[in-house]
Amino acid sequence: MTEAASAEAASAEPVIVTEHLSRRFGDLVAVQDVSLTVNRGEVFGVLGPNGAGKSTTIRMLCGILAPSGGRGTVVGHDVATEPEAIKQRIGYMTQRFSLYEDLSVWENLWFFAGIYGVPRKRRRARLDEVIERAGLGDRRTQLAGTLSGGWKQRVALASATIHQPPLLFLDEPTAGVDPVSRREFWDQIHRIATEGTTVLMTTHYMDEAERCHRLAFIFRGRLLDTGTPAQIVERRHLRAAELEVDRATDAADALRALPEVDAVAHYGNLLRIATRGDADPEQVARKALEPLGLTMRRYHEGRVTVEDAFVSMVADESRGAA
Amino acid sequence: MRIGVVAWKELRQLRRDRPTLAMMAVLPVMQLLLFGYAINTDVRNIPMVVYDQDHSAASRDLSRSLEATGFYDVRGAVRNYAEIEDALRSSTAKVALVIPARYASHVATGRSAQVQLIVDGSDPQSVASATNTAASLVAARSSELIVRRLGPTGAVDDGPPISIEPSTWYNPDLRTAVFIVPGLVGVILTMTMVMLTAMAIVRERERGTLEQLIVSPIKNVELVVGKILPYIAIGYVQVTLILVAGRLIFDVPIVGSVLLLYALAFVFIAANLALGLFFSTVATTQQQAMQMSFFFLLPNILLSGFMFPYDAMPRPAQLIAEALPLTHFLRIVRGITLKGATFPDLAGELVWLAAILGALVLFASLRFRKRIA
Repeated sequence: MTEAASAEAASAEPVIVTEHLSRRFGDLVAVQDVSLTVNRGEVFGVLGPNGAGKSTTIRMLCGILAPSGGRGTVVGHDVATEPEAIKQRIGYMTQRFSLYEDLSVWENLWFFAGIYGVPRKRRRARLDEVIERAGLGDRRTQLAGTLSGGWKQRVALASATIHQPPLLFLDEPTAGVDPVSRREFWDQIHRIATEGTTVLMTTHYMDEAERCHRLAFIFRGRLLDTGTPAQIVERRHLRAAELEVDRATDAADALRALPEVDAVAHYGNLLRIATRGDADPEQVARKALEPLGLTMRRYHEGRVTVEDAFVSMVADESRGAA
Repeated sequence: MRIGVVAWKELRQLRRDRPTLAMMAVLPVMQLLLFGYAINTDVRNIPMVVYDQDHSAASRDLSRSLEATGFYDVRGAVRNYAEIEDALRSSTAKVALVIPARYASHVATGRSAQVQLIVDGSDPQSVASATNTAASLVAARSSELIVRRLGPTGAVDDGPPISIEPSTWYNPDLRTAVFIVPGLVGVILTMTMVMLTAMAIVRERERGTLEQLIVSPIKNVELVVGKILPYIAIGYVQVTLILVAGRLIFDVPIVGSVLLLYALAFVFIAANLALGLFFSTVATTQQQAMQMSFFFLLPNILLSGFMFPYDAMPRPAQLIAEALPLTHFLRIVRGITLKGATFPDLAGELVWLAAILGALVLFASLRFRKRIA
């Protein structure tokens, strides 16, 4: 992705740096040896299944959970010793949009502006600016509880950025939001990033992962890989194709039995396959289907996605651990 | 100042929370009327029957003067003990007065005349005060008669009759309202302060907004103080409401310094808020917080001396009562409003109250810190 490359080249000014960051809860190791760097103006995505340690990592970076090992610096402050300084300079938005439902849009923003110490003299002007920007003008006096998901999310984002933080944490910000609102949300995120705010987000949506400048994959508390979406995909040496075939279920089973096949997924009548080690999917498919007497009605090679890479990585890791 | 914006937010939310708002205003007034009117331990017009075996002027005078106290209402005469039993059992009477034969002549000659008062023991409270009145009346009468008799024969001249009467200070009419209304100040504060703080904080946790505050630069102290400030103000409004309504409706006096009362009330309010805070660290839902508050309220009402006399309680109950902030505040509020007590009079109670407050604050803040992290 050229956008990512340019962002990296323009300013390799690290906003988050962690070295072997770890956290255990009793015997449970929630996060282990996570070392990563996030640069200014990046949209950085943290991916991983539920319970992988994403939230624990974010909580440590926000200064609300002390690490039990390793070091971390966020906006120039140590996560273990200067959490208060960090809290002042970050924005935080969760999937649940923690707004006060019985307060109006304006009141919510006014409250968070106060909490984050936006000076009273400037507060009104700042609110007008944020409201204007998020297109919330007509909804100033509407109670937050009566807003739809997409609008709530806009208000939540406006609240989280009311004090113009240099770093913004988004914990699954688009969960449960309709696709159109998600798209608009992403436009806003990129606008914010272009203006120099660094964004670190967790997400489940793989199409969203593709929109990040850089990604980190966390699985079972460990960092599996980090890099641009293109780099991550490239490192897996995968190829992907879609094919249409009769008896799709039998065909899928036959494909899965081959060592070159990384994953098979059903899309209606279509099968989408990913192959390992840069193996040609067409040849692999023929090899699997011929014994069954099946021929492909349609075939075309597709782009390898972050999802393919992610699924492949998790599968490898699970096999390795088992 | 972050405290200010938190308090502002809390008030805004409160303004939209009509049921809570209504509860806070209606509760004190409703309780005032309920306790002021319904709970009345000074009993008047107890139905009485008279079994007069003497049929003399003196015996009729005795029953008439008992009726004149206003405590008794003579419902009729009976002719034997069986009729007394009927009357008591059917509740046509709660008290029977038995005047023995030759009552008049006994009194005249100075021999003791035993007047019997038979009471319905199944209703001890209403009958207890009535018995006391009758006893003092009869006692007064006999001493009066003794003095009369001594006069002509003894060395002493026929002086004015002396009558002994018990005298009660501070609440001469022994009206319950005078006792109950100041106490209500403490009860209402306990009820609303504990419950509202507990719920206000649990609500943030329940709705997930607390998480948003934890990642913000706001400090625990700022959050807690900001949240409870509006409730302290509400507490004072309630105190004023009860005192004013008590004055207007029940004519309850405020003898002492209102300023002193308001100053000492602060310590009491603070203690309740700390307790509410503690409850908020234990409860996970608003409903639980509410239940805990009510659970706490019950021993307060029963043991603090609000309704039942502290001196009549067994020792273990008294010990529990001493640990309740309300017990001490009741002594303070009654002392100031009814007796005009001044600061030195109440210093002992204040020390107790402050000690309880200190313990609660320590306890609550330790737990609060743990829960929030």
